[in-house]
Amino acid sequence: MTSDVRTAFRQETQPQVRQEPSRLLLPVYERPPAGVHPPLDYSGYRSTALRHPKRPLVLLPHRLTEVTGPLLGSDLITATDADLTAQHDGEPIGQRIIVTGRVLDSDGRPVPDTLLEIWQANAAGRYRHSREHHPAPLDPNFTGIGRCITDAGGRYRFVTIAPGAYPWGNHYNAWRPAHIHFSLFGRAFSQRLVTQMYFPGDPLLVLDPMFNSVPDEAARQRLIARFDINLTQPEWALGYEWDIVLRGRSATAFEEPHE
Amino acid sequence: MSGLTPSQTVGPYFAMRLPWPDGPYVVTDGTPDAITIVGRVFDGAGNVIPDAIIETWQADQDGRFAHPDDPRGASPAGYGGFRGFGRCETAADGSYRIVTVKPGPLPTPDGDIEAPHLDVSVFARGLLDRLVTRMYFPDELAANAADPVLCSVEPARRGTLIAIAEPEGHLRFDVWLQGGRETVFFDL
Repeated sequence: MTSDVRTAFRQETQPQVRQEPSRLLLPVYERPPAGVHPPLDYSGYRSTALRHPKRPLVLLPHRLTEVTGPLLGSDLITATDADLTAQHDGEPIGQRIIVTGRVLDSDGRPVPDTLLEIWQANAAGRYRHSREHHPAPLDPNFTGIGRCITDAGGRYRFVTIAPGAYPWGNHYNAWRPAHIHFSLFGRAFSQRLVTQMYFPGDPLLVLDPMFNSVPDEAARQRLIARFDINLTQPEWALGYEWDIVLRGRSATAFEEPHE
Repeated sequence: MSGLTPSQTVGPYFAMRLPWPDGPYVVTDGTPDAITIVGRVFDGAGNVIPDAIIETWQADQDGRFAHPDDPRGASPAGYGGFRGFGRCETAADGSYRIVTVKPGPLPTPDGDIEAPHLDVSVFARGLLDRLVTRMYFPDELAANAADPVLCSVEPARRGTLIAIAEPEGHLRFDVWLQGGRETVFFDL
């Protein structure tokens, strides 16, 4: 590359850039502290062996593509998307639960109007998926998928059935603890997160390679929802609260103040 | 400061929820100047990965984003049907497909110009966290040569980030998670 090339290219694009602010100011998202996210190479989870990059990752600065992201709206959501017990003619088998919480950034600010997608096994520990061969029954009244958009306070709420544990072939007598898969967009490509929520008191957690792939003990515990009797509805459903924290912005001089 | 929620793998059953019928369509079908990106995802043994999901995010044709953190705002051209976001799970042969338009070049706070590109996320069973890469365009030799991100990658590996023009007009962007042809992945 020569500077001539760069200069020529800038001149070509000048008409597009001319009416823009003289200096582009963008937010920067914090880099996650070490130990929060699992390593890509983790021997306890066999499938990582051939699927993790061996070359070091290259640092990507946060520029326009990274600080923006899809703002997918409520046009995607239908009436029963957040109630997984109401998607069929009959009621699914199992323990009804309410799973609710807030989506926050690491400064504690709510992330409003952001899409959450969830999927899970049924009460018997069976996923409705063509490659799933666990000999546990499917439930004709339970698909196990949901969507919801956070409100202005960043809050989400699902009604569903407590998922069962299920066996997987990772090692002898391997069982996944009960969990719900969550997919979140946040407000920027840099905030995208796919994770799993677990339940308190599950004896399988200490044995689970996926849960234990998170190096930091405190971070690992943040994957576990909290049972809350105040969210529990009498004669109807158990209540769990689980807040999800996405990367926040680094402090910058131009950022507007907030509480 | 609140503690971040850790990543966990999408596992084998994400296809229950994540694919959308129009997921691969960043622009509506039949949009003028639409391009099709095709590719396959491979593991370290050279086998195709049939349970990965690819997501793409990009600027519009003028290099702008309809997003509050793009201070220039959406393109005045108002490209109807442009979503910026694409999502496609891989098929049994490891293949995915995204239908989109070529984004414009992008200014940076440092006064550089980024060449047209897509940010790409890869999720799969066996990936405990998402992988992030970028796809650049093969017909942008000068812009690619001046792109600050491409320039930060060792020259021998830059080619893994540049799509290949196929005879039928598609762009091919294969993703190699590991091995001799390993794609460059970024620490975001």
